[in-house]
Amino acid sequence: MSGLLEEVAAKALRLNVPLNVQLDLTYRCNERCVHCYLDHDDHGEMTTAEIKHLLEEMADAGVFILTLSGGEIFLRKDFFEILEHARRLMFCVKLKTNAVLIREQEAARLLDLGVESVQISIYSHRPQVHDAITLVPGSLKRSLDAIRFLKSQGLKVIIANVLMTENMSDYTGVRALATELGVECTLDPTVTPMMDGNRSTLNLGVDQNQLRQVFRDASLVGDVDEFCAIPAEPGESELEATPCSAGHTACYVSPYGEVFPCVQFPFPTGNVRRQRFVDIWRHSDQMNEVRSIRVKDLATCTSCTHVSNCTRCPGLAYMEGNMRGPSSQDCEKSFARTGVPSANMLAKKRVAANLVQIRAISASPGAPVSGAIA
Amino acid sequence: MTKLYVARNPRVAARSLDGEMMIMSGRDSTLFTLNKTATILWQSADGHTSLDEIVEQRICSEFAVEPAMALQDAETLARELASHEILNISEQPIAQKTPVDGESR
Repeated sequence: MSGLLEEVAAKALRLNVPLNVQLDLTYRCNERCVHCYLDHDDHGEMTTAEIKHLLEEMADAGVFILTLSGGEIFLRKDFFEILEHARRLMFCVKLKTNAVLIREQEAARLLDLGVESVQISIYSHRPQVHDAITLVPGSLKRSLDAIRFLKSQGLKVIIANVLMTENMSDYTGVRALATELGVECTLDPTVTPMMDGNRSTLNLGVDQNQLRQVFRDASLVGDVDEFCAIPAEPGESELEATPCSAGHTACYVSPYGEVFPCVQFPFPTGNVRRQRFVDIWRHSDQMNEVRSIRVKDLATCTSCTHVSNCTRCPGLAYMEGNMRGPSSQDCEKSFARTGVPSANMLAKKRVAANLVQIRAISASPGAPVSGAIA
Repeated sequence: MTKLYVARNPRVAARSLDGEMMIMSGRDSTLFTLNKTATILWQSADGHTSLDEIVEQRICSEFAVEPAMALQDAETLARELASHEILNISEQPIAQKTPVDGESR
């Protein structure tokens, strides 16, 4: 984050302003990515009028950065009408899309409307790998064509590469492709559980050895020794810090009007169909509960070696059952980075060890002859 | 003296935070923050009110400044904002581009 943006974020935090909102316009999608956390049916999306009204409420509440995402945003027939309204309200608009429906005409319109950036999911530079993840033959070609259309208009494009076991060996190829196309590239090894709590998608994520390999790639992390160093003891200010921006300067709104602290934090705080956005933001008990949590309140994490530079996601922790608890995926990342297990990993190991109790073998007939698991 | 007209560039993103504008350039996503005086100039830049009218009606009325000096400062500021493509500046009234008409909050 730039210095000025940090200053602005600090001011927004002090004034309780939701600087940054992700609004999902739909959960419908024209791809079926194997790791996707969404159910793609339409359960009653907000209408055009409802979304326009919400945008006005969000502008009045001080929202500046608006990320429009989904699902696939271009499946909404009113997408450009919504975008036009958002830009009329002078939001800094970022888009997240698979770009399959972006051709020359759409790219030109996006430029005309002053979109800040377009983030496009690319899983591999090889069609057989990318298309096997999206489950749509020809999808890589369509997305890459779209990137070229957007670039030819001069728009800022970011390739988002979610790293999984299936495409682990391709991230260098994706980065080379990004360089060739003249676009930015981000890499994220986080796979999220489904919004209904189903955790089966997590099996698709990279394993500990693969994470270790990624974190020791200097082309990704810069100074490997510095990146993988064991963090210093946390100071008072680190323990008083807020865990992340979710609920503090950022939140998420679903296509059905539900407001959550973050797209990865499905803790219901209100619904803009029944309440004003600003009232949910300022007065929801749930939002205020999230807001009240400081690093020092995280029972297991406070005593952890990694607490001062952990990437702990409170949303993932919530989906594990406790928003004040650890997020195991981030424990795995800290471990892969430093080789030091987290407090959560050590506690789990102790519990597992306690579950195995070997009883003494009795010499008397009929007695158990082996250990038993209590 | 030639009149100057200023209009918000509809390609930028902008929002008021505690009375001061945050503005993100449409050219290169650079973030700017404007102080209270520059914010008044930005909010008044409708393309058809001249700079001297903005200074007289919005700036001199709010700050105890001498009008000629205030106009000179405002013109310097307007030209600087124009160099970052935040404002458009012209000697003729500027028609705001539609459909994005630069509504500012």
